[in-house]
Amino acid sequence: MANLKYKKRQKYTRKEYLGSPSTLCKGCGHNSISNMIITACYELEIPPEKFVKFSGIGCSSKSAAYFLGRSFGFNGLHGRMPSLAEGALFADTNLIGIGVSGDGDTANIGLSQFKHIIRRNVPLVYIVENNGVYGLTKGQFSATAEKGLKLKRQGKNPYLPVDIAMEAIAANASFVARSFAGDPKQVKELIKAAISHEGTAVIDIISPCVTFNNQDYSLHSYSWGKGHESPLHELEFIPPRDEITIEDFERGMVKEVTMHDGSVIVLKKLEREYDPTNRTEAIRVLEEAIRKNWLITGLLYVDPNTPNFYKMFSMGKKPFNRVPSEKLRPRRASLDKINQSFR
Amino acid sequence: GPGLCLMSEFLGLAYFAEVPVVVWDVQRVGPSTGLPTRTSQGDLAFAHSLSHGDTDFIILLPASVNECFEFGWKALDLAEKYQTPVIVLSDLELGMNDWVSKDFEYPDKKIDRGKVLWEKDIEELISKGVKWGRYLDIDGDGITYRTVPGNLHPESSYFARGTGHDEFAHYSENPEGWRKNLDRLKTKINNAAIDVPGPIQNLTDNCSKGIISYGSSDMAVAEVVELLRDKGKKIDYMRIRALPFNNSVKDFLKNHENIFIIEANRDGQMKNILSAEFPRYAQKLISVAKINGLSLSAEWILGELANHI
Repeated sequence: MANLKYKKRQKYTRKEYLGSPSTLCKGCGHNSISNMIITACYELEIPPEKFVKFSGIGCSSKSAAYFLGRSFGFNGLHGRMPSLAEGALFADTNLIGIGVSGDGDTANIGLSQFKHIIRRNVPLVYIVENNGVYGLTKGQFSATAEKGLKLKRQGKNPYLPVDIAMEAIAANASFVARSFAGDPKQVKELIKAAISHEGTAVIDIISPCVTFNNQDYSLHSYSWGKGHESPLHELEFIPPRDEITIEDFERGMVKEVTMHDGSVIVLKKLEREYDPTNRTEAIRVLEEAIRKNWLITGLLYVDPNTPNFYKMFSMGKKPFNRVPSEKLRPRRASLDKINQSFR
Repeated sequence: GPGLCLMSEFLGLAYFAEVPVVVWDVQRVGPSTGLPTRTSQGDLAFAHSLSHGDTDFIILLPASVNECFEFGWKALDLAEKYQTPVIVLSDLELGMNDWVSKDFEYPDKKIDRGKVLWEKDIEELISKGVKWGRYLDIDGDGITYRTVPGNLHPESSYFARGTGHDEFAHYSENPEGWRKNLDRLKTKINNAAIDVPGPIQNLTDNCSKGIISYGSSDMAVAEVVELLRDKGKKIDYMRIRALPFNNSVKDFLKNHENIFIIEANRDGQMKNILSAEFPRYAQKLISVAKINGLSLSAEWILGELANHI
C-alpha cells in the first residue's frame, strides 16, 4: 500500500531499482515482468527502501532477486509467500509489499494461503507469473494447465484447470487483474495501480515458459497470447500529483477509478463496455473467457473502499518493529493484578 | 504434536535463514491424531531432529506453571539473541489443568533483542570501515548482526532465502561456503548451552545411582527420590531444563554408575538423545519410560526401579 502523497520527490535513477542479473532462460516472460516492476517503481519515484519483496519457490519466485536490489526480500517456502508477507508487513505498515509467485506456487500448494491473505485484504501487490508448468523442476503440468495439453515427457494433462483470477474474485478480492507478459505497457500500469491499492491486489500474468510450454497451441504461449489477447480496456495510471487533462479523452469513452491516495486509474473503452467495479459482470466475463478460451486482460475488478487488514486492527503508521523494549513489556503492576486475580 | 509437524518445514527455514521464532508445543499423545486430550513427553525426539538436513534447535522443558511463565519470556530473549527457533515443550498435564502455584515472578532481566542494526548502527559501521554482511561473523561467537525490513539505510537490506548463501546473503553454491556457514550455525547453537536454563540437581555424597528426568514428570520423580531416601536408599536426581545440554549433564553421567532416565513416552527419547550425544556413557543409561496418556506415578516408577535399587 502506498501513501504516494506524502513522499518527498527524490531523484532516483532507474539503476537504483535494478536487482541482480537474471539467471532465467532468455525470453522468459518473468524477465519482462521483472523489468516492468523496475520501471513502475522507478516511474512512481518511491524510495527503493520502502519496498519489501516476497516470493515462494519456483522460477517466478527466483525472479524476486532480479529487481529492487536495494529492498529487503524473503524467498521463502513453496506456496507460503503470503504468510511471510503478512508477518513482515505487520511490523511496519509503511512498507509496500510486492509478492511474486507462480501458478504452481499459488494454484497448487499455495491455494489456501492465497485465499486467506485475500480474505484479510492485506495490502500487498500479489503477482502470479503464470506459465502452466512447474518450470524449475523441468516442465510438469501445474494446476493452471488446460485439460488436454500435451507436453514433452509429460503426456496429456487429464485435469481441469484452476483459474487464478476467478479464484481471487471468489475469495472476495478487492483488486483482480489479468495481463500478459507480451503486453508490457499494460503490465506496468497494472503494477502501478496495484501499488496504490490499499489491499491485496492480485495480478495474474500469463508469462510464457519458453523452454517447457511455448507451443503455438498452448494457452500459455507467446503466440497464443499475441493472437488471442482481448483487452477489456486501455489502461493508464495517473499518480496523485499529476493532473488529468479531460480533453485527452472523448466523453463516454473513459471510466475513472479513484484510489484512496488520490491517484486515478483511467480506463479507455476499446471494443466493449466494461465496468470493473461490477463484481457480477467480472465473474460473467471470466466465466465466458474460460468457456471460450479467450485471454481477457486488464483490470477485471476493483473496489478501493474495502477495509484492509490494517484498518481491521486499527494499526497506525508507527512501526511495531521500532517500539523500544521498555514499551514492549507490561509493568509490574499488571503482573501483580494478574497474580491477584488467581487468589 | 501434529501442529509441530506442520511447522517443521518453516522451522528448517528459520534455522537456516536465522529468523527468531518461538514455538510453544503443549505435548499430547501421538503419533498422528493420537489421544488429543491426554498428556505425553513424546515430541522431544522430533523437536530435536526437526526438519531435513542438519539442524539444531534450542529446546526448553518447563516442569511447572511457574516455569512456563518464566520460560515464556526467556524463550523470546533466547530466540532473538541467537536468531534461531526456540521450541518450548510443555504438555497437557501443565497446559490443561488448574494448578495451585506461587505468584508468577516479574522478569529479572531486561528484554534482549539481540544484535539488530538500525540506520545509525549501519552508518557507524561504515564510518569505522567495517563491512557488514547479514551472515558475517564479526564477533566470532557465531551470531551475526541482522537488519529488518523498514530500515531505511540504503546499505541495510538483504535478500533472505532458504538456499545457500554467502556471508553477504548472496546466492551461493560454493561448497566451502556452505560448510562454513553450517558449521557456524552449529557453533552458534552449542554456545547457547551456557545461556539456556541449566539443570536442577539434587545430590548427595558418594552416590552411584542417579535419576534424570524433565518436564512435568518432575512431580512424580521428586516424590520417588524422597521415598527412596526415607528408606535409606541413596539416589541423586538431575532435572534437565533445556537443550543444548549444559556441561553439568555430562558430569552427572560421568559421576554415576547407573542412571535412570524417567519419561512419559514409549521409546525413551531423552535416553536416546543422551546416548547419542555421550556415547561413552551410553551403557550406564537405563530407560524407565511408558506412554499411556497419563502422567507417570511415583508408585509405578518405584516399581520399575525396585529391581535396580
